[in-house]
Amino acid sequence: MILLDHLPVLVVVLPLLAAPLCVLIGQQRLAWLIALVAAVASASAAVQLLWQVSHSGSLSYALGGWAPPWGIEYRIDLLGGYVLLLVTVMAALVLSFARRSVEREVLPSQRINFYAALLLVQAGLTGIVVTGDAFNLFVFLEIASLASYALVSMGPDRRALSAAFNYLVMGTIGATFILIGIGFLYMMTGTLNMQDLAARLPAVADSRTVRAGFAFLSVGVGLKLALFPLHFWLPNAYTYAPSVVSALLAATATKVALYIMLRLIFGVFGLTFAFEQMPMGALLIALGVVGVLSGSLVALFQDNVKRLLAYSSIAQVGYMALAMGLGSATGVTAAMLHLFNHALMKGALFLALGAVTYRIGATGLKDLAGLGKQMPWTCAAIAIAGLSLIGVPASAGFISKWYLVLATLEQGLWPLALVILVGSLLALVYVWRIIESAYFSPWDNSRAAVQEAPLSMLLPIWLLVAGNLYFGIDTDLTVGVAKQATAVLLGGTP
Amino acid sequence: MSAALLLQWILPLPLLGTVAIVLCHRHPNWREAVTLATSALLFILVAWLSAELSWEQPPKLVLAEPLPGLTLALSPEPLGILFALVASFLWPVTSVYAIGYMRSHGESHQTRFYAAFAVSIAATLGIALAANMFTLFLFYELLTLATYPLVTHSGTAAAKRAGRLYLGLLMGTSIGFMLLAMVWTWQLTGTLDFTRGGIYPAQTESWILGTLLLLFVFGTGKAALMPFHRWLPAAMVAPTPVSALLHAVAVVKAGVFTVLKLVVYLFGLERISTLAAADWLAYLAAFTIISASLVALTQDNLKARLAYSTISQLGYILLGAMLGVAAGVTGGSLHIVMHAFAKITLFFCAGAILVVTHKTQVSQLNGLGRRMPLTMLAFAVGSLSIIGLPPMGGTWSKWLLIQATLDSGARMLTLVLLASSLLNIAYLLVVPVRGFFGRAEAAVDTEGADQTGTDTGAIKAGIYEAPWACLLAIGITATGCIVLFFQADAILQLTEGLLQ
Repeated sequence: MILLDHLPVLVVVLPLLAAPLCVLIGQQRLAWLIALVAAVASASAAVQLLWQVSHSGSLSYALGGWAPPWGIEYRIDLLGGYVLLLVTVMAALVLSFARRSVEREVLPSQRINFYAALLLVQAGLTGIVVTGDAFNLFVFLEIASLASYALVSMGPDRRALSAAFNYLVMGTIGATFILIGIGFLYMMTGTLNMQDLAARLPAVADSRTVRAGFAFLSVGVGLKLALFPLHFWLPNAYTYAPSVVSALLAATATKVALYIMLRLIFGVFGLTFAFEQMPMGALLIALGVVGVLSGSLVALFQDNVKRLLAYSSIAQVGYMALAMGLGSATGVTAAMLHLFNHALMKGALFLALGAVTYRIGATGLKDLAGLGKQMPWTCAAIAIAGLSLIGVPASAGFISKWYLVLATLEQGLWPLALVILVGSLLALVYVWRIIESAYFSPWDNSRAAVQEAPLSMLLPIWLLVAGNLYFGIDTDLTVGVAKQATAVLLGGTP
Repeated sequence: MSAALLLQWILPLPLLGTVAIVLCHRHPNWREAVTLATSALLFILVAWLSAELSWEQPPKLVLAEPLPGLTLALSPEPLGILFALVASFLWPVTSVYAIGYMRSHGESHQTRFYAAFAVSIAATLGIALAANMFTLFLFYELLTLATYPLVTHSGTAAAKRAGRLYLGLLMGTSIGFMLLAMVWTWQLTGTLDFTRGGIYPAQTESWILGTLLLLFVFGTGKAALMPFHRWLPAAMVAPTPVSALLHAVAVVKAGVFTVLKLVVYLFGLERISTLAAADWLAYLAAFTIISASLVALTQDNLKARLAYSTISQLGYILLGAMLGVAAGVTGGSLHIVMHAFAKITLFFCAGAILVVTHKTQVSQLNGLGRRMPLTMLAFAVGSLSIIGLPPMGGTWSKWLLIQATLDSGARMLTLVLLASSLLNIAYLLVVPVRGFFGRAEAAVDTEGADQTGTDTGAIKAGIYEAPWACLLAIGITATGCIVLFFQADAILQLTEGLLQ
């Protein structure tokens, strides 16, 4: 099948082409429909790709017929397929949710641009995941980032503008660092293909240029990842962006940044360079620990639920950094698992908050008081996804926590295990503040009665909630793929 | 039906009951009928299962396998069956009581109450029948979550505060310690299955085993071992049926059951007897027994006094588990049953007194025996059973536990048990003594009589008992205390099968 052969590029091109189409057609309803169709098509392609990759090994696609390493290579291995599936499915779910939410939160004149930008973010993120070329990766990163700055700025609150500006400045610094890093590597090796880079780097690894390049890349990606202490753009961006955008960014953008980190450390530079010649392991663990504790602690004191979840995201990034920093197979598996599971939790939570915003127009803890009776399905979704965030057994979060703790204990690092568990307990406290407010505070009777969110919003939310429960019971997909992908990544034979 | 088939239905039944309860939320009579029918049917299923079982080849039901080798599975064994029988027998009894209590007390949110109750029972049975530590942990957490809305039932600020303490201590210890111990065990042995004689390889160093034991036991916050006991008195803000079944039977017994189970099936009795950590825990349990009894003496609130008494009694079971001798484990498991019947009787009585007279303090109960003779009589029976005097069931479990302390050579602990019995007399028997022999205060009013719907014009000192549903439940459990004295042998045979 000719079409099947071109799937690696179609996944990216579909949303990329749909974006200008939206603008050209210029009708709100149609723009949404086009975006949704493109996202669903892209997601189905991703399913097919993951299936192909897990059965017959990595895929290589020479863009424009130019053979790598001269031409741009699109390369999908298990890790790529896994993240690709996550990004495209989340984007499709978020888009199916978006129509009502956008009607409520985004100005009518901006709605078409909003969908176009959303598609560009998706195209950029999928591009990052499928490309095997370092410079191409940078280009896609810029596409995704620029589009997401625009999306954040479309938030209903005026503070969205300053949040977007902040995000723009920090994001651009990050992108510049990444570009400088790639430049340094190109200087030393003369290639941009990542596999080629991996093969040629060891010969020149012991040079200041390569070390500097590695440092620039790590800081740049760290900024995109919102790794402590490079996270300052995130709380405002998540809080003031439209709900749909918060959900999309939380579930996909930081996850793709983590993918870049994994790819660079383990795929390009290799464990020996990053962990033995450079102190990346210790650094990631230290920053991860501080991120987990500080993010969770700050989350405790937030009165806006969106902001609370944003700080919780910083803590979750900390878990992933910590797990990556262990450098063991179990550690990397744990990072990949949490990448997937956290997307499920935060996706569900932010979308549920979107439904809350749709009905009551605010997400303060006080605004949620007594909402459990008014919007039972939405609040139940928040409760279940929140339990998953804590890591209660039979939820996806438990599987993450299990592997995280296992990975630390394997290396005898029990203080780290304690940090992870303390993080869970802090999560219990901040999640419970939400639950207590929704279920055990009285509804203010002077407020107008509120209806449950419409079905078109509940459906994607509950699909994600079901995912949270399903992947806590049956982990063939998550653990299975994460383990194999780790083996491929660490074995160095992609 | 075969045992395997019965096992399949035990967990879905109360969950289906929950759904039916929620669906009947507009029809209180139907809702309560569903609760009663489900609970009665559940007891029949559990009893039938225990009759069908063969210990040589217990059925195993694997529900899911989240990680390779880590299964969500049920498999009955003697200790679990015993616990399941107790919990499922007392659920219908408590339901009868709850109907009388909740209605005459005019409580709100009754559908949520009955639904959460049913989920709690499902979780308790999951704990009882768990085939491995992971399954047990899952249902353990479910039990905490399902009982939380019952604790915060009234929705007042005090109830919410209590709920936070409840959830914080129970989930804090289970996530902070028990999960860590589980993952560590998994990393050491690659299994969490309950296996006779333990799962740790013989060469495991004893400091590791000791640390694991400490993590597991402190991680079981539901066992209310000091210093993690504060949640239990806090949980007394819940309606009395909750305190009675959940906080005297299901939840706390789930805690000590977990400890017994991991002593027997994860560590193995022989290993326990060699661990220094077990000795420390035994002495900590002894400390808990005495100090909780002393605190109980100072509590004027009847429910709080009973809660501290429970903490003290749970200490007995923990003590028995940590001694590392057979009599300790059999005594401990027997005490689960005996204490369950006795304490639930006491709580039922406390609730009946509250419903009829709105009195909560021990010091207000003077002369009450003349108004509520049956209730006070039942209270005396329960108290005697907890003290351990014949002809009440509690005699035998105390007997075995004292024997266990003698077997293990820890004479100090023998003295602790004897001293505790004396303290029990001091803080429990005082209630019926005041009731029957105390001089009633001048202002015994008839406000309670209005509540029960009896004739308000009746003479002031007449007999006003609780609603008949409450009395029936009290009668069943109080009789149980006496019957168990004569039938203890059947239970002993069951628990001895556990150690062979």
